[in-house]
Amino acid sequence: MSPSSRYIRRMARANHADRDHAHHADHADQDPELLRRLLRARDRMDAAPHEDWSVRRLGRVSGVSEAHFARSFKEAFGVPPHRYLLTRRIERAKTLLRETDLPITDIAFQTGWQSLGTFGRTFRDVTGETPRAVRARHRAAPPKPDRVPVCFVRAVQRPDLTIAVSEKRRKETGAKNTLDERKVP
Amino acid sequence: MSQGVQMVGLYVRDQDEALAFYVEKLGFKVHTDVKNGDYRWLTVQHPDQPSFQLGLFTTNQPTVDAATAKSLSAIVAKGAMPPLVMVVDDCRGAYDRMRARGVEFTQEPVERYGTVDAGFRDPSGNGWKLIQTRG
Repeated sequence: MSPSSRYIRRMARANHADRDHAHHADHADQDPELLRRLLRARDRMDAAPHEDWSVRRLGRVSGVSEAHFARSFKEAFGVPPHRYLLTRRIERAKTLLRETDLPITDIAFQTGWQSLGTFGRTFRDVTGETPRAVRARHRAAPPKPDRVPVCFVRAVQRPDLTIAVSEKRRKETGAKNTLDERKVP
Repeated sequence: MSQGVQMVGLYVRDQDEALAFYVEKLGFKVHTDVKNGDYRWLTVQHPDQPSFQLGLFTTNQPTVDAATAKSLSAIVAKGAMPPLVMVVDDCRGAYDRMRARGVEFTQEPVERYGTVDAGFRDPSGNGWKLIQTRG
């Protein structure tokens, strides 16, 4: 299996898990000490989204077992950890497209993707534009420097990904919505 | 007397822990630390900013019911409180000093358009940016 299809399958699986666990999402029941440790794992992904963040590794950062990490994270932050990571990677890729002249292939690898194809497809699915189009649009109309610290502007521009990429893709293609998510290529 | 903002409060999970962090790790000074029964009014100051106080308050306020206190604690622990900014002359120097004292940095210093910024959190989860503006 290619890394890309493995990735999509992983997201699809987690998406099913989300629905299964929806009734557990009573946020107020999570211990603040646990939430603080989960935040630490989120911070670590923010700091290095290009790295490979397995659930085991994230669980270690939070002091939570591998078995409980994904569900606890989803309860705390509303999205599964790998989907959170995906939004961070796309955010960083958009920044590099806008602010550097790096070739798109370099940007894909620098932001943690293992294939240019997966990067391009996921980027398009999440943002609705191709990486090339984002770059071109920015070149045409560069933003004016303003009074908001750059680091905050960055976070606000983060793509909103409340559903799995596979689901988003399916919704946008319409009609074939009976397709089993696990079989999305 | 000049007019303006005198104090802004933060929610912290533990006032002793917060006091130790802001004073020992960040170099703030205690301005007021007064107890009234279970209630503790605690404010600290940046050493270069005598007209401004940062209040450190627990979510277990007498004015807040238990369920709300729990929600507030969760919000703080999830890092969902609004951004805080500290301006420094030398971001990389401050980063090195603070890190050596055990401050939990979430982002190493990064230069963007001539400014340098880094990110850290207090023990409760409040997120700060350390910003060195153009000189």
